[in-house]
Amino acid sequence: MDQKTVKLTAKDYKSDQEVRWCPGCGDFAIMNSIQKAMAELDCPKENVAVISGIGCSSRFPYYMNTYGFHTIHGRAAAIASGVKTANPDLCVWQISGDGDAMAIGGNHFIHTIRRNIDLNMIIFNNEIYGLTKGQYSPTSPFGAVTKSSPFGTVEQPFHPGELVIGAQGKFFARSIDYNVKLSTEIFLEAARHKGTSVVEVLQNCVIYNDACHAMLSDKEEKDNRTIILRHGEPMIFGKEKDMGLILDGLKLRVVKLTPGGFTKDDILVHDAHENNPGIHTMLANMRYPDYPVALGVIRDVTAVTYDQSVVNQIQKVQQSARFTKMQDLLYSGNTWEIKEDK
Amino acid sequence: MSKKDKIVEKEQVVIRFSGDSGDGMQLTGTQFSNTSALFGNDVSTFPDYPAEIRAPQGTVGGVSGFQLHFGHYEVNTPGDYADVLVAMNPAALKANLIWVKRGGTIIINEDAFTEKNLARAGYDFDPIRKHKRDYQFIPAPISTLTKGCLSDFELDNKSILRTKNMFALGMVYWLFDRPLKYTEKFLEEKFAKKPVIVEANKLVLRAGFNFAETIEALPRNYKVAPARIKPGTYRNISGNTATAWGLITAAEKAGLPLFCGSYPITPATEILQELAARKDMGVKTFQAEDEIAGICTAIGAAFAGNLACTTTSGPGLALKTEASGLAVITELPLVIVNVQRGGPSTGLPTKTEQSDLLQALHGRSGEAPLVVIAASTPSNCFDYAFQSARIAVEHMTPVILLTDGFLANGSEPWRLPAEEDYPEIKVPFATPEDENYLPYNRDKETLVREWAIPGMKGLEHRIGGLEKMDGSGNVSYVPENHELMTKYREDKIQKVADRLPEIKIKGDEDADLLVIGWGGTYGHLYSAVKEIRKEGKKVALLHFNHIWPLPKNTNEILAKYDNKVVCELNLGQFAYHLKVNVPNFECEKFNKMQGLPFTIVELKEKFNQLLEKK
Repeated sequence: MDQKTVKLTAKDYKSDQEVRWCPGCGDFAIMNSIQKAMAELDCPKENVAVISGIGCSSRFPYYMNTYGFHTIHGRAAAIASGVKTANPDLCVWQISGDGDAMAIGGNHFIHTIRRNIDLNMIIFNNEIYGLTKGQYSPTSPFGAVTKSSPFGTVEQPFHPGELVIGAQGKFFARSIDYNVKLSTEIFLEAARHKGTSVVEVLQNCVIYNDACHAMLSDKEEKDNRTIILRHGEPMIFGKEKDMGLILDGLKLRVVKLTPGGFTKDDILVHDAHENNPGIHTMLANMRYPDYPVALGVIRDVTAVTYDQSVVNQIQKVQQSARFTKMQDLLYSGNTWEIKEDK
Repeated sequence: MSKKDKIVEKEQVVIRFSGDSGDGMQLTGTQFSNTSALFGNDVSTFPDYPAEIRAPQGTVGGVSGFQLHFGHYEVNTPGDYADVLVAMNPAALKANLIWVKRGGTIIINEDAFTEKNLARAGYDFDPIRKHKRDYQFIPAPISTLTKGCLSDFELDNKSILRTKNMFALGMVYWLFDRPLKYTEKFLEEKFAKKPVIVEANKLVLRAGFNFAETIEALPRNYKVAPARIKPGTYRNISGNTATAWGLITAAEKAGLPLFCGSYPITPATEILQELAARKDMGVKTFQAEDEIAGICTAIGAAFAGNLACTTTSGPGLALKTEASGLAVITELPLVIVNVQRGGPSTGLPTKTEQSDLLQALHGRSGEAPLVVIAASTPSNCFDYAFQSARIAVEHMTPVILLTDGFLANGSEPWRLPAEEDYPEIKVPFATPEDENYLPYNRDKETLVREWAIPGMKGLEHRIGGLEKMDGSGNVSYVPENHELMTKYREDKIQKVADRLPEIKIKGDEDADLLVIGWGGTYGHLYSAVKEIRKEGKKVALLHFNHIWPLPKNTNEILAKYDNKVVCELNLGQFAYHLKVNVPNFECEKFNKMQGLPFTIVELKEKFNQLLEKK
């Protein structure tokens, strides 16, 4: 049967392994979204490689019916970089948690982004170490009381979007676990983007940090507390679609749309493709309650990728190379002959 | 007296060039080595330089040296003591005088022997006056003559003085009756874009040559006839280049792309650099953000189906520890090259040592066996890099290749292999769409698993650092399964020995003393054994390249000899390794921890002592 004629569904991406996340864990919804997105993409299943580090989310590859590699703590980005550079034909997904990506793996995280290797990096952010049973992570808010900070943390958290943009990231998006439709849409855009696409998924840990994003998932209030950004559309949000963002001096400001007051024309239009990261950084850094939390694709800028540059460089050198075989290289340059004694 | 009257035939000569680390002594030494090799001598070289790029000028700590040994018979070491020393300043003289043979020739740049420089080198007396009875000093106003030579050139003073190493080289060329043409050609190529620099250097080179001819002060003119070596095509090669080329050759033979993920570290960096330059061979190099990312990108590349390697030195190997365990449990092919240097910690970055042996063997969490191989000459780094890659791929395992600073930077003529001298490498690929494929099914003979790589249809599977179920590779916490898999991993490495060549002794079958060594000490041990046998004593050398698993006949050979000495540049790690693995193994030990190779003199002294004791 010709592979191309068979349309795969999300189910084809599920492995036969029993999923061992806690009941109610946000990871289930994220996995569904990724499987849905994969079924939409035209990357053959055997060309998909899912690479993870260590942590709850990093068990992910075992549940996918693709090639998968559950590696070691913090190193998923480095290993995924090797996979993609070695074979740029593969669609490489990296699954990491906030600790895996930004604590032990912080160095690989920023350098992978800086190189712009064509990976889809999905960061499950639950602001806690789950697999080790509840210590604070580099994204836990200041003062968070956890098992390793019984009196509250005394350190400032990383904001993933700010870090990505600081590392010259070209793609940053944010979603939230329960919103499968939005996550699927974002994962598709992330996969289609050439370069490192970082998607922060706000994920709930039912056991160790339950309701950490509850302010944003509250059924009644979520639309007033989040804004879904789409390229080319005005930054309007709210249950009644009556709030928007404007630029006031050097800051973003939330305004109410009122007859005679601010109108739709006053509201900023989202430009994800703008190279200048200024507004993107402000959008990524918006926190409730001062601002709505931005969801959707915040930044999506085209740039040359590392993996493609490596291939191009080799092709260019080989075009004018004097030789491409070792035997020729060995005998090139300063060699000399020792003849048989007569 | 004509020049011919003064010619002295020598069988072998050792020269040491020394100066400030910015004086171009490495280049000068390399040029003399290449010229001698092209002339047909056998050559062995050893650069000795400080870790600081430009240490304070004129101080002993900033002295950079390059020693080379050439002869008209087989040369196996860079030599213990120099016949000729070139000292560009007092510090160079101070640092190197102990390495000059009594009666040896010392060329000095007398312009640099000022009171200030003498003081900076820590001399409170005139060393030339003090030592003139013990050595033949040839003072030459090298800086003045170089400046005079280039007075018509539109070059600044700094650029002019930078060519003074060519003056010294010219003098030494005359001394040993060597042609200038190879160095002239080198200069033309190196500075092709700067014709003025080419002309300036060539002029100074010739000026040095002519100066040496003119002054009657030169005591003698040596001649070293070409060596009688095995017919074939030769080139000069350093250990690091040979390592890089061995890996590329293996990739070619296996039909796999070569990937190197590395982080720069002395003295291993040249391997990464050479591989990075070989885009013509399709090599992919990834200069990672750290040592860990170096090995991790390589593991990723191995998972994706490349022949993957990572190159490092001791402290870097320590950082790669955890990831190498991942390569062990996932049973992926990977070559880890460790160019050993003095340790622990930062230790002696530019000096040689053999002290990472136990780290290579045991430095991982859990039961994590892998293959350990050691190269023993600069040129056979090629062979053992090739073998490391072959074993890694055919046995689906990480392999640690140990070289060291001495091999890496040292060079020697290398008889080039023919393509057919190297075996094909059979890659244990799985068959796409094989419905029975299981990632941890093993070959019954070798216990090797099949390699299915992303892109192969129908073989999608997951691997990782968690314990695997035998066969399926699914995560398993079953106690008996963990024990079974632990034993499989161990046995798989043991089975590599089935395909290794037997180890042989060199020297007397009925030796009264068996000298045991491994890795980079081969040249010195072999030379010492050879010399001591010439004195009529019965001695043999047993030198190991396969460290783990050991060659199968190891026990049998060791059992034949009562009097044994293990010589190594550490506190006795290989002796320990043999004690643990060879029943009833007892030995004497000879150890050196100075960041320097053995000298033949000290080895012979030790061997004689042990022979007398008997």
